[in-house]
Amino acid sequence: MEKLNIMIVGVGGQGTLLASRVLGNVAMKMDYDVKVSEVHGMAQRGGSVVTYVKIGKKVYSPIIEKGEADIIIAFERLEALRWIEYLKEDGTLILNDQRIDPMPVITGKAKYPENIVEKLKNNYKNVISTDALQIAKECGNMKAVNTVLLGILAKSTSIAKEIWLESLKENVPAKAIDVNLKAFEAGYSA
Amino acid sequence: MKKLMLGNEAVARGAYEAGVTVAAAYPGTPSTEITENIAKYDEIYSEWSPNEKVALEVAIGASIAGARAICSMKHVGLNVAADPLFTASYTGVNGGLVIMVADDPGMHSSQNEQDSRCYAKGAKVPMLEPSDSQECKDFVKKAFEVSEKYDTPVIVRLSTRISHSQSLVEICERTEYKLKDYVKDPAKYVMMPAMARPRHVVVEKRMEALKELSNTDKFNKIEWGSKEIGVITSGIAYQYAREAFGDVSYLKLGMVHPLPDKLIKEFASQVKTLYIIEELDPYIEEYVKTLGIKAIGKEKLPIIGEYSANLIREKIFGEKMESKPVTDEEIPVRPPVMCPGCPHRGMYYVLRKLKLTVSGDIGCYTLGALPPTQSMDTCVCMGASIGGALGMEKARGAEFGKKTVAVIGDSTFIHSGITGLIDVVYNKGNSTVIILDNSITGMTGHQHNPTTGFTIKGEPTKQVDLVKLCNAIGIDRVRIVDPFDIKEFEKVVKEETQADEPSVIISQRPCALLKHVKFEGPIKINTEKCKKCKMCLSVGCPAIVDKGDHIEVNEALCVGCMLCTKVCNFNAFEKAGE
Repeated sequence: MEKLNIMIVGVGGQGTLLASRVLGNVAMKMDYDVKVSEVHGMAQRGGSVVTYVKIGKKVYSPIIEKGEADIIIAFERLEALRWIEYLKEDGTLILNDQRIDPMPVITGKAKYPENIVEKLKNNYKNVISTDALQIAKECGNMKAVNTVLLGILAKSTSIAKEIWLESLKENVPAKAIDVNLKAFEAGYSA
Repeated sequence: MKKLMLGNEAVARGAYEAGVTVAAAYPGTPSTEITENIAKYDEIYSEWSPNEKVALEVAIGASIAGARAICSMKHVGLNVAADPLFTASYTGVNGGLVIMVADDPGMHSSQNEQDSRCYAKGAKVPMLEPSDSQECKDFVKKAFEVSEKYDTPVIVRLSTRISHSQSLVEICERTEYKLKDYVKDPAKYVMMPAMARPRHVVVEKRMEALKELSNTDKFNKIEWGSKEIGVITSGIAYQYAREAFGDVSYLKLGMVHPLPDKLIKEFASQVKTLYIIEELDPYIEEYVKTLGIKAIGKEKLPIIGEYSANLIREKIFGEKMESKPVTDEEIPVRPPVMCPGCPHRGMYYVLRKLKLTVSGDIGCYTLGALPPTQSMDTCVCMGASIGGALGMEKARGAEFGKKTVAVIGDSTFIHSGITGLIDVVYNKGNSTVIILDNSITGMTGHQHNPTTGFTIKGEPTKQVDLVKLCNAIGIDRVRIVDPFDIKEFEKVVKEETQADEPSVIISQRPCALLKHVKFEGPIKINTEKCKKCKMCLSVGCPAIVDKGDHIEVNEALCVGCMLCTKVCNFNAFEKAGE
């Protein structure tokens, strides 16, 4: 692996943090250089949030730019559409098929785009769309959405599964390990 | 051992390893996590100060008393702390004194994009600028050594992408710092004209010595590559430049004040084309040009906003990154919003209904300026709401004043609203000031402040009594109201704005994100009862959605604060799941 650029996009409050923490940990275990970047503050209050994870022999800029992402994990459909131009042509989009209306849509000032998944699939060949919320529910905890998505992510990289599992165990609270392992497996085999 | 750390976390670690024993700060994005992380070390006394000026004064006192001290703030916080800074430059230090300042190019969460490097120049103190988390830690430790050796406060400048990016850091042990002797020395520490004049001479000599350090220390280093192009850069801009230019020569500046004249001349003489890559002001560029060196900088690159590798490629080499859009329809923006259950929402509903002019301030409630509430008229800086409201009244007369309120958070009021309120009383204003008491400093992610009754370490402490404070200032009319009791709130606002004397309304309800705040759980709309009058939409809650033919509650977002039920005339809301 020369380098791996991963973006995690979603809506403030959706819990994108765990994914970036596990990813950083995975990179360290493999002895790679890594940078994880996100903006806190104003952006947390229900706004559009993005985390960049860059893994490689040597990482300079912490930012991923248009056309540079190998993988984008989108926690919400509209956010997938917003950031898709950052994906490489042959990159992989992992999409949690959930809709959260932004304020301009709520107030009727703007329309939530229709058929987002089809549009994405028409332009990118590697789009994995999943109802991670449903899978998480079946695993016993709605909050495990991020772990389901991590499972899917793990499957789409060349990094050994054991490394992912170790990092996951190190980054979730002890009492939540079982449900998270279950959610990870569900994602991995989805 | 290596650890993945935020730049801010690495700064905290650096302070710990350097033997710091006193840390003071006022929270402000993107600097907040520095002091949050310092507070985890039991060896360091740490505090949230009422504002940045006090924080720096505490750090200065600790330094004079012989300890190593650190003080952290965001860029605009340095405006507040500028007064002590400029004179601490004259007094110098005893124990090392380091001031962390985090700039916010691109204004992710700030009201302006000022460049703190100008403060280092103005105050005549050295400034260091790290470019990743490892350097954050190393530079902080080194800053203490420089501070003590050169008898000066040292500023370390961060930016959002440094503060909020994690990268690998090698962890070391703490070296305990032996408290220096405290010796009474008025010629050094009592800055009045007769003592300050000789100190200014000391300052100028110190800056000359520091320039030598800048020329020789490995803070500033040359990385030779192709000499066709040379790049002078620092901080996060260095990382972008490395990606954009690739294998060329770099002069990477870790000390940005004073700048190394000899090193710059040497570097420039060996490269064919010289570029200066720096975000915001042409600070390095102007200096390079005063040395008579030709360089390309702001004529090609923007003075506004954040840089990126792509931006540099585009502006310097004309390589524009083309990407094909997936759709030609407009993608709706997703601006930040007040959370479901936010206490400010009830207040703004009333202010908008009464069509008041709202002199605003800084905090989550600044979001009240955006749709759908759109209530706030002004927002300038911390504490400006109160003086601003008084100024409006003095300019346009008492009748205008009766249609105006100032809105200010509890922490912001303590920070710099109290003096404004004193002005209102002293100069016979009639302003109505609404203090938003939500039991926490919200926007920066829940820090305690003097109104919450807890310290940074969560220990109980005395709590500022806002009512008594206002009374003591001379405000006789102080009312406490729950902003979710909309009827009462409206009545109180009407009465207080009409009163021929100044008044304070304390809008009291805790932040919805505080752990102890419990709501009823999601509600839904009974479509048979709903008349689609859209009154509920006027509260501006992200959980209530206009679906065109009907109105719906997003049960995943709704917390059950019940504010919307209070504006519904048809009793159309009911508990979800029933």
